[in-house]
Amino acid sequence: MVVSKRIVLHFPRRMGDRPIIYRLIKDYDLEFNILKALITPEDEGLMILALSGEQENYDKGIKYLTKNGVRIQALSQDVTRNEERCTHCGACVTICPTGAFRLDHATRLISFDHEKCVACGICIKACPPRAMEVHF
Amino acid sequence: MTKTIAEINEKIREGKAVVVTAEEIIDLVKEKGTKQAAQEVDVVTTGTFGPMCSSGAYFNIGHSKPRTKLGGGRAYLNDVPAYTGLAAADLFIGANALPDDDPRNRVHPGEFNYGGGHVIEELVAGRDIRLSATAYGTDCYPRKKLETWINIKDLNEAVLFNIRNAYQNYNVAANASNKIIYTYMGVLKPNLGNINYATAGQLSPLLNDPYYKTIGIGTRIFLGGGIGYVAWHGTQHNPNVPRSENGVPRESAGTLAVIGDLKQMEPRWLVGTSMLGYGCTITVGIGVPIPILSEEILTYTTVTDDEILAAVIDYGGPYQNLKAGALGEVSYGQLKSGRVVIQGKEVPTASLSSYPRAVEIATTLKDWIISSRFQLTEPVAPLPDVESGVNFKPLKERPVKD
Repeated sequence: MVVSKRIVLHFPRRMGDRPIIYRLIKDYDLEFNILKALITPEDEGLMILALSGEQENYDKGIKYLTKNGVRIQALSQDVTRNEERCTHCGACVTICPTGAFRLDHATRLISFDHEKCVACGICIKACPPRAMEVHF
Repeated sequence: MTKTIAEINEKIREGKAVVVTAEEIIDLVKEKGTKQAAQEVDVVTTGTFGPMCSSGAYFNIGHSKPRTKLGGGRAYLNDVPAYTGLAAADLFIGANALPDDDPRNRVHPGEFNYGGGHVIEELVAGRDIRLSATAYGTDCYPRKKLETWINIKDLNEAVLFNIRNAYQNYNVAANASNKIIYTYMGVLKPNLGNINYATAGQLSPLLNDPYYKTIGIGTRIFLGGGIGYVAWHGTQHNPNVPRSENGVPRESAGTLAVIGDLKQMEPRWLVGTSMLGYGCTITVGIGVPIPILSEEILTYTTVTDDEILAAVIDYGGPYQNLKAGALGEVSYGQLKSGRVVIQGKEVPTASLSSYPRAVEIATTLKDWIISSRFQLTEPVAPLPDVESGVNFKPLKERPVKD
Protein backbone atom coordinates (compact mmCIF):
# COMPACT_ATOMS: atom_id res chain seq x y z
CA MET A 1 0.00 0.00 0.00
CA VAL A 2 1.33 3.42 -0.97
CA VAL A 3 1.18 6.18 1.63
CA SER A 4 1.79 9.89 1.31
CA LYS A 5 2.33 12.09 4.34
CA ARG A 6 3.53 15.58 5.15
CA ILE A 7 5.91 15.66 8.07
CA VAL A 8 8.13 18.13 9.90
CA LEU A 9 11.70 16.98 10.63
CA HIS A 10 13.75 18.56 13.39
CA PHE A 11 17.47 17.92 12.98
CA PRO A 12 19.68 18.24 16.06
CA ARG A 13 22.63 20.62 15.70
CA ARG A 14 25.31 17.98 15.33
CA MET A 15 23.78 16.39 12.24
CA GLY A 16 24.48 19.07 9.66
CA ASP A 17 27.33 17.09 8.09
CA ARG A 18 25.47 13.84 7.46
CA PRO A 19 23.53 12.98 4.27
CA ILE A 20 20.36 11.91 6.10
CA ILE A 21 17.85 12.64 3.35
CA TYR A 22 20.06 10.99 0.72
CA ARG A 23 20.14 7.75 2.73
CA LEU A 24 16.40 7.96 3.46
CA ILE A 25 15.55 8.17 -0.20
CA LYS A 26 18.14 5.74 -1.51
CA ASP A 27 17.83 2.99 1.10
CA TYR A 28 14.05 3.07 1.54
CA ASP A 29 12.93 3.96 -1.99
CA LEU A 30 10.74 6.89 -0.93
CA GLU A 31 9.65 9.86 -3.00
CA PHE A 32 10.07 13.22 -1.40
CA ASN A 33 9.25 16.83 -2.02
CA ILE A 34 10.85 19.50 0.13
CA LEU A 35 8.16 22.00 1.12
CA LYS A 36 10.31 24.06 3.40
CA ALA A 37 13.86 23.86 4.71
CA LEU A 38 15.67 25.94 7.32
CA ILE A 39 19.25 24.88 7.78
CA THR A 40 21.61 27.13 9.70
CA PRO A 41 25.03 25.94 10.90
CA GLU A 42 25.19 25.32 14.65
CA ASP A 43 21.44 25.52 14.96
CA GLU A 44 18.58 23.05 14.89
CA GLY A 45 17.56 22.30 11.31
CA LEU A 46 13.97 22.13 10.18
CA MET A 47 12.54 20.55 7.09
CA ILE A 48 8.99 20.00 5.93
CA LEU A 49 8.68 17.05 3.59
CA ALA A 50 5.94 15.43 1.60
CA LEU A 51 7.02 11.80 1.75
CA SER A 52 5.44 8.95 -0.15
CA GLY A 53 6.15 5.29 -0.86
CA GLU A 54 5.16 1.78 0.17
CA GLN A 55 3.86 1.67 3.75
CA GLU A 56 6.55 -0.82 4.74
CA ASN A 57 9.36 1.32 3.35
CA TYR A 58 7.81 4.46 4.81
CA ASP A 59 7.74 2.92 8.29
CA LYS A 60 11.34 1.73 7.96
CA GLY A 61 12.40 5.17 6.74
CA ILE A 62 10.78 6.91 9.69
CA LYS A 63 12.47 4.43 12.02
CA TYR A 64 15.82 5.21 10.39
CA LEU A 65 15.27 8.95 10.94
CA THR A 66 14.26 8.66 14.59
CA LYS A 67 17.12 6.24 15.30
CA ASN A 68 19.48 8.91 14.02
CA GLY A 69 18.08 11.57 16.32
CA VAL A 70 15.70 13.32 13.92
CA ARG A 71 12.55 14.36 15.75
CA ILE A 72 9.44 13.87 13.63
CA GLN A 73 6.16 15.70 13.86
CA ALA A 74 3.08 15.48 11.69
CA LEU A 75 2.52 18.77 9.85
CA SER A 76 0.28 20.32 12.46
CA GLN A 77 -1.20 23.09 10.37
CA ASP A 78 -3.04 22.35 7.24
CA VAL A 79 -4.34 25.03 4.91
CA THR A 80 -7.35 24.29 2.76
CA ARG A 81 -9.53 26.30 0.44
CA ASN A 82 -13.23 26.72 1.04
CA GLU A 83 -14.44 26.23 -2.51
CA GLU A 84 -17.82 27.77 -1.70
CA ARG A 85 -16.22 31.06 -0.64
CA CYS A 86 -13.45 31.36 -3.20
CA THR A 87 -14.42 33.78 -5.96
CA HIS A 88 -11.29 33.12 -8.06
CA CYS A 89 -10.32 36.77 -7.97
CA GLY A 90 -6.62 35.92 -7.82
CA ALA A 91 -5.44 38.20 -5.02
CA CYS A 92 -3.54 35.23 -3.53
CA VAL A 93 -1.44 34.47 -6.58
CA THR A 94 1.37 36.95 -5.96
CA ILE A 95 1.13 36.76 -2.15
CA CYS A 96 2.00 33.07 -1.71
CA PRO A 97 5.77 32.63 -1.18
CA THR A 98 5.81 29.09 -2.59
CA GLY A 99 3.62 29.67 -5.65
CA ALA A 100 0.89 27.30 -4.46
CA PHE A 101 -1.77 29.30 -6.32
CA ARG A 102 -1.77 29.16 -10.08
CA LEU A 103 -3.84 31.02 -12.61
CA ASP A 104 -5.19 28.96 -15.49
CA HIS A 105 -4.85 31.38 -18.39
CA ALA A 106 -7.66 29.78 -20.40
CA THR A 107 -10.36 29.67 -17.72
CA ARG A 108 -8.94 32.41 -15.45
CA LEU A 109 -9.64 30.06 -12.52
CA ILE A 110 -7.15 29.86 -9.66
CA SER A 111 -5.95 26.43 -8.61
CA PHE A 112 -4.55 25.69 -5.16
CA ASP A 113 -1.74 23.13 -5.09
CA HIS A 114 -1.89 21.67 -1.62
CA GLU A 115 1.43 19.89 -2.19
CA LYS A 116 3.25 23.19 -2.63
CA CYS A 117 1.66 24.76 0.46
CA VAL A 118 3.94 25.04 3.47
CA ALA A 119 1.14 26.23 5.74
CA CYS A 120 2.82 29.58 6.39
CA GLY A 121 -0.63 31.17 6.61
CA ILE A 122 0.06 34.38 4.68
CA CYS A 123 -2.92 33.78 2.38
CA ILE A 124 -5.38 33.38 5.26
CA LYS A 125 -5.71 37.09 5.95
CA ALA A 126 -4.77 38.30 2.50
CA CYS A 127 -7.72 36.49 0.89
CA PRO A 128 -10.50 39.10 0.48
CA PRO A 129 -13.47 36.70 0.86
CA ARG A 130 -11.55 34.74 3.52
CA ALA A 131 -11.75 31.50 1.59
CA MET A 132 -8.43 30.09 2.89
CA GLU A 133 -8.74 28.17 6.15
CA VAL A 134 -6.13 26.88 8.52
CA HIS A 135 -6.71 23.67 10.46
CA PHE A 136 -4.70 22.55 13.42
CA MET B 1 -28.48 49.85 -39.99
CA THR B 2 -30.17 51.02 -36.84
CA LYS B 3 -32.46 49.26 -34.37
CA THR B 4 -34.57 50.52 -31.50
CA ILE B 5 -34.83 49.09 -28.01
CA ALA B 6 -38.55 48.50 -28.65
CA GLU B 7 -37.70 46.35 -31.68
CA ILE B 8 -35.14 44.40 -29.67
CA ASN B 9 -37.68 43.87 -26.88
CA GLU B 10 -40.17 42.54 -29.41
CA LYS B 11 -37.59 39.95 -30.51
CA ILE B 12 -36.87 39.10 -26.84
CA ARG B 13 -40.59 38.53 -26.26
CA GLU B 14 -40.76 36.22 -29.28
CA GLY B 15 -37.69 34.35 -28.06
CA LYS B 16 -35.81 35.36 -31.21
CA ALA B 17 -33.24 37.79 -29.82
CA VAL B 18 -29.62 37.10 -30.65
CA VAL B 19 -27.53 37.70 -27.53
CA VAL B 20 -23.79 37.22 -27.02
CA THR B 21 -21.38 38.21 -24.25
CA ALA B 22 -18.81 40.99 -24.60
CA GLU B 23 -16.20 38.24 -24.84
CA GLU B 24 -18.00 36.26 -27.55
CA ILE B 25 -18.68 39.35 -29.69
CA ILE B 26 -14.94 39.83 -30.28
CA ASP B 27 -14.52 36.63 -32.32
CA LEU B 28 -17.96 36.92 -33.88
CA VAL B 29 -17.12 40.30 -35.40
CA LYS B 30 -13.73 39.01 -36.58
CA GLU B 31 -15.56 36.22 -38.36
CA LYS B 32 -18.56 38.07 -39.78
CA GLY B 33 -17.51 41.68 -39.97
CA THR B 34 -19.07 44.64 -38.19
CA LYS B 35 -21.90 45.21 -40.66
CA GLN B 36 -23.30 41.69 -40.62
CA ALA B 37 -22.72 41.24 -36.88
CA ALA B 38 -24.57 44.50 -36.15
CA GLN B 39 -27.53 43.22 -38.16
CA GLU B 40 -27.58 39.83 -36.48
CA VAL B 41 -26.75 40.63 -32.86
CA ASP B 42 -29.36 42.37 -30.71
CA VAL B 43 -27.71 42.52 -27.31
CA VAL B 44 -24.19 42.21 -25.93
CA THR B 45 -24.00 41.35 -22.24
CA THR B 46 -21.24 42.50 -19.90
CA GLY B 47 -20.25 41.54 -16.36
CA THR B 48 -18.03 42.46 -13.48
CA PHE B 49 -17.48 40.99 -10.01
CA GLY B 50 -15.19 42.94 -7.73
CA PRO B 51 -15.00 44.73 -4.38
CA MET B 52 -17.15 47.88 -4.58
CA CYS B 53 -16.89 49.92 -1.42
CA SER B 54 -19.61 52.53 -1.88
CA SER B 55 -22.34 49.95 -1.49
CA GLY B 56 -25.04 49.58 1.10
CA ALA B 57 -28.61 48.58 1.78
CA TYR B 58 -31.65 50.10 3.41
CA PHE B 59 -34.51 48.37 5.19
CA ASN B 60 -37.82 49.02 6.81
CA ILE B 61 -38.12 46.67 9.77
CA GLY B 62 -41.81 47.31 10.56
CA HIS B 63 -43.06 48.92 13.77
CA SER B 64 -42.49 47.34 17.15
CA LYS B 65 -45.18 47.20 19.83
CA PRO B 66 -44.92 49.62 21.58
CA ARG B 67 -43.42 51.78 18.87
CA THR B 68 -39.69 52.62 18.74
CA LYS B 69 -38.24 55.62 16.92
CA LEU B 70 -34.92 54.39 15.53
CA GLY B 71 -34.36 57.78 13.88
CA GLY B 72 -31.89 59.73 15.97
CA GLY B 73 -31.13 56.69 18.10
CA ARG B 74 -28.53 53.99 17.65
CA ALA B 75 -28.88 50.66 15.89
CA TYR B 76 -26.59 47.70 15.33
CA LEU B 77 -26.96 44.72 13.03
CA ASN B 78 -24.81 41.83 14.30
CA ASP B 79 -22.87 44.52 16.23
CA VAL B 80 -22.22 46.52 13.06
CA PRO B 81 -23.61 50.07 13.33
CA ALA B 82 -26.42 51.00 10.96
CA TYR B 83 -27.36 54.57 10.04
CA THR B 84 -30.39 55.87 11.95
CA GLY B 85 -30.78 59.37 10.55
CA LEU B 86 -34.04 58.36 8.90
CA ALA B 87 -37.60 57.75 10.09
CA ALA B 88 -38.72 55.45 12.89
CA ALA B 89 -38.38 52.05 11.24
CA ASP B 90 -35.83 52.70 8.48
CA LEU B 91 -32.15 51.76 8.63
CA PHE B 92 -29.25 51.99 6.22
CA ILE B 93 -26.10 49.90 6.47
CA GLY B 94 -22.94 50.62 4.51
CA ALA B 95 -20.51 47.94 3.36
CA ASN B 96 -17.57 49.58 5.16
CA ALA B 97 -19.24 49.81 8.59
CA LEU B 98 -17.33 48.11 11.43
CA PRO B 99 -18.36 46.95 14.90
CA ASP B 100 -17.49 49.56 17.55
CA ASP B 101 -15.17 47.06 19.24
CA ASP B 102 -13.32 46.02 16.10
CA PRO B 103 -9.63 46.69 16.80
CA ARG B 104 -9.28 48.23 13.33
CA ASN B 105 -5.62 49.03 12.64
CA ARG B 106 -4.55 49.28 16.28
CA VAL B 107 -2.50 46.19 15.57
CA HIS B 108 -1.42 46.81 12.03
CA PRO B 109 -2.45 45.34 9.64
CA GLY B 110 -5.97 44.90 11.02
CA GLU B 111 -7.89 41.84 9.86
CA PHE B 112 -11.37 43.36 9.35
CA ASN B 113 -13.10 40.00 9.38
CA TYR B 114 -16.68 41.24 9.75
CA GLY B 115 -18.42 44.43 8.70
CA GLY B 116 -21.40 45.88 6.86
CA GLY B 117 -20.69 43.93 3.67
CA HIS B 118 -20.83 40.69 5.64
CA VAL B 119 -24.15 41.70 7.26
CA ILE B 120 -25.62 42.29 3.79
CA GLU B 121 -24.32 38.92 2.58
CA GLU B 122 -25.79 37.10 5.59
CA LEU B 123 -29.10 38.90 5.26
CA VAL B 124 -29.34 37.94 1.57
CA ALA B 125 -28.45 34.37 2.52
CA GLY B 126 -31.61 34.34 4.65
CA ARG B 127 -29.80 34.14 7.99
CA ASP B 128 -31.25 35.79 11.08
CA ILE B 129 -29.54 39.07 11.98
CA ARG B 130 -29.49 40.45 15.51
CA LEU B 131 -30.84 44.00 15.75
CA SER B 132 -29.94 45.94 18.91
CA ALA B 133 -31.22 49.48 19.11
CA THR B 134 -31.63 52.26 21.60
CA ALA B 135 -33.97 55.19 21.13
CA TYR B 136 -34.66 58.34 23.12
CA GLY B 137 -38.42 57.79 23.46
CA THR B 138 -41.16 60.21 22.50
CA ASP B 139 -44.85 60.55 23.33
CA CYS B 140 -45.75 58.72 20.12
CA TYR B 141 -42.73 56.34 20.06
CA PRO B 142 -42.18 55.53 23.74
CA ARG B 143 -39.92 52.50 23.58
CA LYS B 144 -36.24 53.03 24.36
CA LYS B 145 -34.73 49.60 23.79
CA LEU B 146 -35.13 46.99 21.12
CA GLU B 147 -33.36 43.62 20.87
CA THR B 148 -34.64 41.24 18.24
CA TRP B 149 -33.72 38.83 15.48
CA ILE B 150 -34.70 40.06 12.06
CA ASN B 151 -34.86 38.16 8.80
CA ILE B 152 -34.97 39.48 5.25
CA LYS B 153 -38.24 37.69 4.55
CA ASP B 154 -39.99 39.68 7.30
CA LEU B 155 -38.67 43.11 6.33
CA ASN B 156 -41.08 45.42 4.51
CA GLU B 157 -38.39 46.58 2.13
CA ALA B 158 -34.80 45.47 1.76
CA VAL B 159 -33.09 47.41 -0.99
CA LEU B 160 -29.51 47.33 -2.18
CA PHE B 161 -28.49 50.89 -3.01
CA ASN B 162 -24.89 51.33 -4.11
CA ILE B 163 -23.87 54.89 -4.78
CA ARG B 164 -20.68 54.08 -6.69
CA ASN B 165 -20.15 50.80 -8.51
CA ALA B 166 -18.80 49.42 -11.78
CA TYR B 167 -15.91 51.83 -12.23
CA GLN B 168 -15.03 52.41 -15.86
CA ASN B 169 -11.36 51.41 -15.72
CA TYR B 170 -9.26 51.79 -12.59
CA ASN B 171 -5.78 52.40 -11.24
CA VAL B 172 -3.34 49.54 -11.42
CA ALA B 173 -1.63 49.44 -8.03
CA ALA B 174 2.06 49.05 -7.27
CA ASN B 175 4.34 49.99 -4.41
CA ALA B 176 7.71 51.58 -5.19
CA SER B 177 8.51 52.28 -1.52
CA ASN B 178 10.76 50.00 0.50
CA LYS B 179 8.14 48.64 2.86
CA ILE B 180 5.10 46.42 2.47
CA ILE B 181 1.77 48.28 2.43
CA TYR B 182 -1.80 47.12 3.00
CA THR B 183 -4.29 48.91 0.77
CA TYR B 184 -7.77 48.67 -0.68
CA MET B 185 -5.90 47.33 -3.72
CA GLY B 186 -4.60 44.43 -1.65
CA VAL B 187 -1.22 43.68 -0.11
CA LEU B 188 1.48 45.48 -2.09
CA LYS B 189 5.02 44.22 -1.67
CA PRO B 190 7.91 46.72 -1.56
CA ASN B 191 10.15 47.71 -4.46
CA LEU B 192 7.51 46.88 -7.09
CA GLY B 193 7.15 43.35 -5.71
CA ASN B 194 3.70 42.85 -7.21
CA ILE B 195 0.96 44.65 -9.09
CA ASN B 196 -2.79 44.41 -8.50
CA TYR B 197 -5.55 45.42 -10.89
CA ALA B 198 -9.28 45.60 -10.43
CA THR B 199 -11.59 45.55 -13.42
CA ALA B 200 -12.93 42.80 -15.66
CA GLY B 201 -11.34 44.53 -18.70
CA GLN B 202 -13.04 43.55 -21.95
CA LEU B 203 -16.14 42.28 -20.09
CA SER B 204 -16.58 45.32 -17.87
CA PRO B 205 -19.88 47.21 -18.45
CA LEU B 206 -18.70 50.79 -18.95
CA LEU B 207 -15.61 49.77 -20.93
CA ASN B 208 -18.01 48.37 -23.55
CA ASP B 209 -20.04 51.59 -23.75
CA PRO B 210 -17.27 54.14 -23.26
CA TYR B 211 -19.35 57.23 -24.10
CA TYR B 212 -22.50 56.09 -22.20
CA LYS B 213 -24.52 55.93 -25.41
CA THR B 214 -26.84 53.16 -24.20
CA ILE B 215 -26.34 52.90 -20.42
CA GLY B 216 -28.31 55.59 -18.62
CA ILE B 217 -30.63 56.24 -15.72
CA GLY B 218 -33.26 53.50 -15.66
CA THR B 219 -31.18 50.85 -17.45
CA ARG B 220 -32.26 47.45 -16.16
CA ILE B 221 -29.28 45.33 -15.08
CA PHE B 222 -28.12 42.14 -13.37
CA LEU B 223 -27.43 43.18 -9.79
CA GLY B 224 -26.30 40.80 -7.06
CA GLY B 225 -27.88 37.82 -8.78
CA GLY B 226 -31.22 39.57 -9.24
CA ILE B 227 -32.59 42.44 -11.24
CA GLY B 228 -31.61 46.02 -10.53
CA TYR B 229 -31.49 49.40 -12.20
CA VAL B 230 -29.06 52.20 -12.84
CA ALA B 231 -30.33 54.88 -10.45
CA TRP B 232 -27.98 57.73 -11.28
CA HIS B 233 -24.38 58.27 -12.24
CA GLY B 234 -22.16 57.08 -9.42
CA THR B 235 -20.24 59.38 -7.11
CA GLN B 236 -16.85 60.47 -8.49
CA HIS B 237 -18.23 60.00 -12.04
CA ASN B 238 -15.53 61.60 -14.16
CA PRO B 239 -16.17 61.33 -17.89
CA ASN B 240 -13.65 63.93 -18.96
CA VAL B 241 -10.39 61.94 -18.74
CA PRO B 242 -7.76 61.02 -21.37
CA ARG B 243 -9.14 58.38 -23.71
CA SER B 244 -7.65 56.07 -26.34
CA GLU B 245 -8.73 56.36 -29.98
CA ASN B 246 -11.39 53.70 -29.34
CA GLY B 247 -12.94 55.99 -26.74
CA VAL B 248 -11.88 53.87 -23.77
CA PRO B 249 -10.71 55.94 -20.77
CA ARG B 250 -7.09 55.39 -19.82
CA GLU B 251 -7.79 55.93 -16.13
CA SER B 252 -10.76 55.64 -13.80
CA ALA B 253 -13.70 57.53 -15.31
CA GLY B 254 -17.44 56.82 -15.26
CA THR B 255 -19.29 55.13 -12.40
CA LEU B 256 -22.83 53.90 -11.75
CA ALA B 257 -25.19 54.23 -8.83
CA VAL B 258 -27.37 51.12 -8.80
CA ILE B 259 -30.44 49.98 -6.93
CA GLY B 260 -32.45 46.78 -6.63
CA ASP B 261 -34.66 44.61 -4.45
CA LEU B 262 -32.31 42.72 -2.10
CA LYS B 263 -34.94 40.04 -1.52
CA GLN B 264 -34.40 38.52 -4.99
CA MET B 265 -30.60 38.65 -4.85
CA GLU B 266 -28.19 35.86 -3.94
CA PRO B 267 -25.22 35.66 -1.56
CA ARG B 268 -23.09 34.21 -4.38
CA TRP B 269 -23.15 37.68 -5.95
CA LEU B 270 -22.87 39.83 -2.81
CA VAL B 271 -19.85 38.61 -0.89
CA GLY B 272 -18.65 40.21 2.34
CA THR B 273 -15.01 41.08 1.78
CA SER B 274 -12.05 41.90 4.02
CA MET B 275 -9.05 43.90 2.85
CA LEU B 276 -6.14 43.28 5.22
CA GLY B 277 -5.05 46.51 6.91
CA TYR B 278 -7.74 48.49 5.08
CA GLY B 279 -11.26 47.50 6.06
CA CYS B 280 -14.46 45.70 5.15
CA THR B 281 -16.28 45.97 1.87
CA ILE B 282 -18.52 43.90 -0.37
CA THR B 283 -17.85 42.19 -3.67
CA VAL B 284 -20.75 42.95 -6.00
CA GLY B 285 -21.83 41.23 -9.20
CA ILE B 286 -23.12 43.57 -11.91
CA GLY B 287 -24.04 42.84 -15.51
CA VAL B 288 -25.31 45.40 -17.97
CA PRO B 289 -26.93 44.58 -21.32
CA ILE B 290 -25.90 46.73 -24.26
CA PRO B 291 -28.50 46.99 -27.02
CA ILE B 292 -26.82 46.92 -30.43
CA LEU B 293 -28.63 49.91 -31.89
CA SER B 294 -25.99 50.69 -34.51
CA GLU B 295 -22.67 49.58 -35.96
CA GLU B 296 -20.96 52.22 -33.84
CA ILE B 297 -22.35 50.78 -30.61
CA LEU B 298 -21.38 47.29 -31.73
CA THR B 299 -17.82 48.45 -32.44
CA TYR B 300 -17.48 49.72 -28.87
CA THR B 301 -18.43 46.28 -27.52
CA THR B 302 -15.66 44.57 -29.49
CA VAL B 303 -12.97 46.18 -27.35
CA THR B 304 -10.31 43.65 -26.25
CA ASP B 305 -8.04 43.50 -23.22
CA ASP B 306 -5.10 44.51 -25.41
CA GLU B 307 -6.89 47.75 -26.33
CA ILE B 308 -7.70 48.82 -22.77
CA LEU B 309 -4.91 50.75 -21.11
CA ALA B 310 -4.57 51.66 -17.44
CA ALA B 311 -2.11 53.72 -15.45
CA VAL B 312 0.15 52.03 -12.89
CA ILE B 313 -0.04 54.15 -9.75
CA ASP B 314 2.48 54.09 -6.90
CA TYR B 315 0.56 53.50 -3.67
CA GLY B 316 3.81 53.70 -1.73
CA GLY B 317 3.65 57.48 -1.26
CA PRO B 318 2.50 59.52 -4.28
CA TYR B 319 -1.11 58.20 -4.14
CA GLN B 320 -1.52 59.27 -0.51
CA ASN B 321 -0.64 62.84 -1.40
CA LEU B 322 -2.71 63.10 -4.56
CA LYS B 323 0.45 63.47 -6.60
CA ALA B 324 -0.16 63.16 -10.31
CA GLY B 325 1.94 60.89 -12.47
CA ALA B 326 2.08 57.19 -13.10
CA LEU B 327 4.87 54.62 -13.01
CA GLY B 328 3.78 53.55 -16.46
CA GLU B 329 0.85 52.45 -18.57
CA VAL B 330 -0.08 48.84 -19.29
CA SER B 331 -2.84 47.00 -21.14
CA TYR B 332 -5.21 44.50 -19.55
CA GLY B 333 -3.79 41.97 -22.00
CA GLN B 334 -0.38 42.46 -20.38
CA LEU B 335 -1.85 42.45 -16.87
CA LYS B 336 -3.68 39.20 -17.53
CA SER B 337 -0.53 37.50 -18.85
CA GLY B 338 0.64 37.39 -15.22
CA ARG B 339 3.69 39.66 -15.63
CA VAL B 340 4.30 43.22 -16.73
CA VAL B 341 7.49 45.22 -17.08
CA ILE B 342 7.50 48.42 -15.04
CA GLN B 343 10.53 50.67 -14.97
CA GLY B 344 12.65 47.85 -16.36
CA LYS B 345 11.53 45.36 -13.75
CA GLU B 346 9.38 42.31 -14.47
CA VAL B 347 6.57 42.37 -11.91
CA PRO B 348 4.00 39.59 -11.24
CA THR B 349 0.36 40.69 -11.45
CA ALA B 350 -2.80 39.64 -9.66
CA SER B 351 -6.45 40.57 -10.01
CA LEU B 352 -8.88 41.65 -7.29
CA SER B 353 -11.85 41.22 -9.57
CA SER B 354 -12.94 37.70 -10.55
CA TYR B 355 -12.93 37.24 -14.32
CA PRO B 356 -14.56 33.76 -14.25
CA ARG B 357 -17.43 35.20 -12.20
CA ALA B 358 -17.71 38.16 -14.61
CA VAL B 359 -18.08 35.63 -17.44
CA GLU B 360 -20.74 33.83 -15.39
CA ILE B 361 -22.66 37.08 -14.92
CA ALA B 362 -22.54 38.00 -18.62
CA THR B 363 -23.61 34.46 -19.50
CA THR B 364 -26.45 34.43 -16.95
CA LEU B 365 -27.76 37.75 -18.24
CA LYS B 366 -27.53 36.41 -21.79
CA ASP B 367 -29.58 33.35 -20.77
CA TRP B 368 -32.19 35.54 -19.06
CA ILE B 369 -32.63 37.62 -22.23
CA ILE B 370 -32.67 34.63 -24.61
CA SER B 371 -35.34 32.95 -22.49
CA SER B 372 -37.48 36.14 -22.48
CA ARG B 373 -37.11 36.59 -18.71
CA PHE B 374 -35.35 39.93 -19.01
CA GLN B 375 -36.45 42.87 -21.18
CA LEU B 376 -34.33 45.91 -21.91
CA THR B 377 -35.37 49.37 -20.74
CA GLU B 378 -35.00 52.73 -22.42
CA PRO B 379 -32.91 55.02 -20.23
CA VAL B 380 -35.04 57.90 -18.94
CA ALA B 381 -32.03 60.24 -18.90
CA PRO B 382 -28.40 59.87 -20.02
CA LEU B 383 -25.38 59.75 -17.74
CA PRO B 384 -23.23 62.89 -17.78
CA ASP B 385 -20.95 62.56 -20.79
CA VAL B 386 -17.65 64.07 -21.88
CA GLU B 387 -19.30 67.39 -22.72
CA SER B 388 -21.36 67.58 -19.53
CA GLY B 389 -18.78 69.56 -17.62
CA VAL B 390 -19.01 67.04 -14.77
CA ASN B 391 -15.60 66.71 -13.12
CA PHE B 392 -14.25 64.85 -10.14
CA LYS B 393 -12.74 67.53 -7.92
CA PRO B 394 -10.44 67.15 -4.94
CA LEU B 395 -11.54 68.56 -1.59
CA LYS B 396 -10.86 72.26 -1.29
CA GLU B 397 -9.90 72.53 2.37
CA ARG B 398 -10.64 75.80 4.09
CA PRO B 399 -9.11 76.02 7.57
CA VAL B 400 -11.67 76.56 10.32
CA LYS B 401 -10.69 79.36 12.67
CA ASP B 402 -12.28 79.73 16.08
